[in-house]
Amino acid sequence: MKKYRKIISAVMASAMVATLFAGCGNSGDSGSSSADNTAAADNAADNTAAGGETAAAGNNGGTTIKIGGVGPTTGSAAVYGIAVQNAAQLAVDEINAAGGINGVQIEFKFEDDECDAEKSVNAYNTLKDWGMQMLVGAVTSGCSVAVSEKTAEDNMFQLTPSGSSVDCVKYDNSFRVCFSDPNQGMASAKYIGENAIASSVAVIYDSSDIYSSGIYEKFVAEAANQPFEIVSAEAFTADSKTDFSVQLQKAKDAGAELVFLPIYYTEASLILSQSSTLGYAPIFFGCDGLDGILNVENFDTSLAEGVMLLTPFAADAQDELTQNFVSAYKEKFGDTPNQFAADAYDAVYAIKAAGEKAGITPDMDMSSMCEAMKAAMPQISLDGLTGVGMTWDASGEPNKDPKAVKITDGAYTAM
Amino acid sequence: MNKKNSKFQLNKTTKSNFITYLLVIAIYLIVQILLAGGHMSSLMEGLLVPLCIYVMLAVSLNLTVGILGELSLGHAGFMCVGAFSGAFFSKCMQGAMPDGIRFLLALMIGAVVAGIFGILIGIPVLRLKGDYLAIVTLAFGEIIKNLVNVLYIGRDKNGFHFSMKDSISLHLEEDGEVIINGAQGITGTPHDASFTVGIILILISLAIILNLIHSRDGRAIMSIRDNRIAAESVGIHITKYKLMAFSISAAIAGVAGVLYAHNLSTLTALPKNFGYNMSIMILVYVVLGGIGNIRGSIISAVVLTLLPELLRGLSDYRMLIYAIVLIAMMLLNWSPKAIEWKERVREKYFSGLKFKKGVK
Repeated sequence: MKKYRKIISAVMASAMVATLFAGCGNSGDSGSSSADNTAAADNAADNTAAGGETAAAGNNGGTTIKIGGVGPTTGSAAVYGIAVQNAAQLAVDEINAAGGINGVQIEFKFEDDECDAEKSVNAYNTLKDWGMQMLVGAVTSGCSVAVSEKTAEDNMFQLTPSGSSVDCVKYDNSFRVCFSDPNQGMASAKYIGENAIASSVAVIYDSSDIYSSGIYEKFVAEAANQPFEIVSAEAFTADSKTDFSVQLQKAKDAGAELVFLPIYYTEASLILSQSSTLGYAPIFFGCDGLDGILNVENFDTSLAEGVMLLTPFAADAQDELTQNFVSAYKEKFGDTPNQFAADAYDAVYAIKAAGEKAGITPDMDMSSMCEAMKAAMPQISLDGLTGVGMTWDASGEPNKDPKAVKITDGAYTAM
Repeated sequence: MNKKNSKFQLNKTTKSNFITYLLVIAIYLIVQILLAGGHMSSLMEGLLVPLCIYVMLAVSLNLTVGILGELSLGHAGFMCVGAFSGAFFSKCMQGAMPDGIRFLLALMIGAVVAGIFGILIGIPVLRLKGDYLAIVTLAFGEIIKNLVNVLYIGRDKNGFHFSMKDSISLHLEEDGEVIINGAQGITGTPHDASFTVGIILILISLAIILNLIHSRDGRAIMSIRDNRIAAESVGIHITKYKLMAFSISAAIAGVAGVLYAHNLSTLTALPKNFGYNMSIMILVYVVLGGIGNIRGSIISAVVLTLLPELLRGLSDYRMLIYAIVLIAMMLLNWSPKAIEWKERVREKYFSGLKFKKGVK
């Protein structure tokens, strides 16, 4: 039995070497095509050494602009990744049908990262081998932070649709479409305080989730400046997100008039139904994660009556842009788009607007394209799904107004 | 190796070890040549450090599973401890000392802290055996992951602040900085990991493990695996040797964790990277490579890490294909029928070739 072990190891070792060479084959291609365009790479005078080296790989020398996307399409966060993938593809198809960016068609490719930071870097590298020039991603915060480290090294333009944690736009090449977590927490606290919705507030949040705990912390910090009091703050974790009776009972005992839910809609739907079982009917207030609650299967939407949420996007808003998007999305993918989809759709259009402003051409390598896009981003103003007249700071943060909506008669209505 | 015609005849274990070292060094040289020539795709380049990490994890778990003979399902927990302690140190000391020395110290701290956890967990756990031990290690791995998720540590001019609730209750001063932020983990760990460092660490781990296996202590450990009662009856201190193997295995996993933390700028303890899924993944490397076969662990860790990435062309089907390939590989390698068949094929076609008897 020990003898053939040697054979197996030889076979496996050769398989391994073969895979190494398979890897080389790909890079050989991009290497040769980039050789034709070394002049372009040389033009990027302000390249860093690392940027210059990898810039060659990002130059496809083709006739299309290649945009990549990274997000989870498998695993527990797949719903967000798939929404981004679909909506970005939709926007790309629309732009291509309308003539592209400066008359140049766009190619879009999306890679799965399983919501794992390590895998997202792999996905990013795969896209780089494909010849990606700009990145729409990553979808989730943790992955976005990990990828932004790499895009900063390579000087690739990055626009994350939904990476909301502060560090996602730490570098000057990265921008985002959604609000940052602290921004949402602060806006929620201000909204509750300024409109005098309640005087005692309870919070139920997911301490194992970056999005939720990020909002919670800023909410508490801002609450100190507002005329309401936080009477109870209870956490749950990803491992215990089915029974919320303890948290609700505490909020009830503390006499909270309003329960703030900086969480995603799946858990929120459970909280709403368990709260009605308890006979506890406070005002529920949430952030953009609550968008989608009306589409939860087997959820009695009458329970969501009166729920308020701060969200930049509501699928049944009456403006023409949203309605066109929702019907096109439904037709193509058979699903109602959520806020992640809207963010991704806006991200692609923001790239189009900035690209036209910067006058990008497909033969630019990714580093000079990044410089042009970086300069153009703060100059554009976009009327998108998630905000009218959106502008960007050079720091990467978007400027748009959060919209507060209230659920009445099973539909979102603006307040 | 029955022939005794050469003066420089190496004994068979030395030779086998030599092949293992040479394999690692050869891979390193090939990769360096490819890198220098610019023939490496970005994907492969990005995978080099993770490959080193998984190889170290597989090799270190093989010490517990293959040599000590106990099934541990909490290996990712030790990796987590190492990752967080190393990243914590690096984050605190960033700028205070030269990067090279800081990284070296971070690696050592990761190893020591994970080793200490190995001992602490080993004392109660190693009283059990077999399935019971496996389940208790699984639980400890989960405890570590969940503890890290509620840990908040910040630093300001008054020193360190610690909380298990949230980052607000750290009560940091204006200049304060949250270093470990609960579920958000540690962000902004300096990027120090490189392929060269990874290979050096693999070689060091291999040297430690291979030398341990072939030492007096190693034989004592294997005797516990083979027959505990017999080992005890000849006066071998069971607990001591069990703890030794377990903590060395944990320490090497801790080093792999430090490397992991210094490869990505964000470190969070998710079920994906430090949960039992990961522990089982490492166990799969060990089982596929052959329990007790160190070289096999290296190869299977490399193959199984590369496989899902190379299957990316199949998009969402790749996880399915990956699982099928895994089943096929297991069957081909280890089912008795397949072994028999391979034996027959070998005898039929390769009987002319000399296969040295007795060489592993």
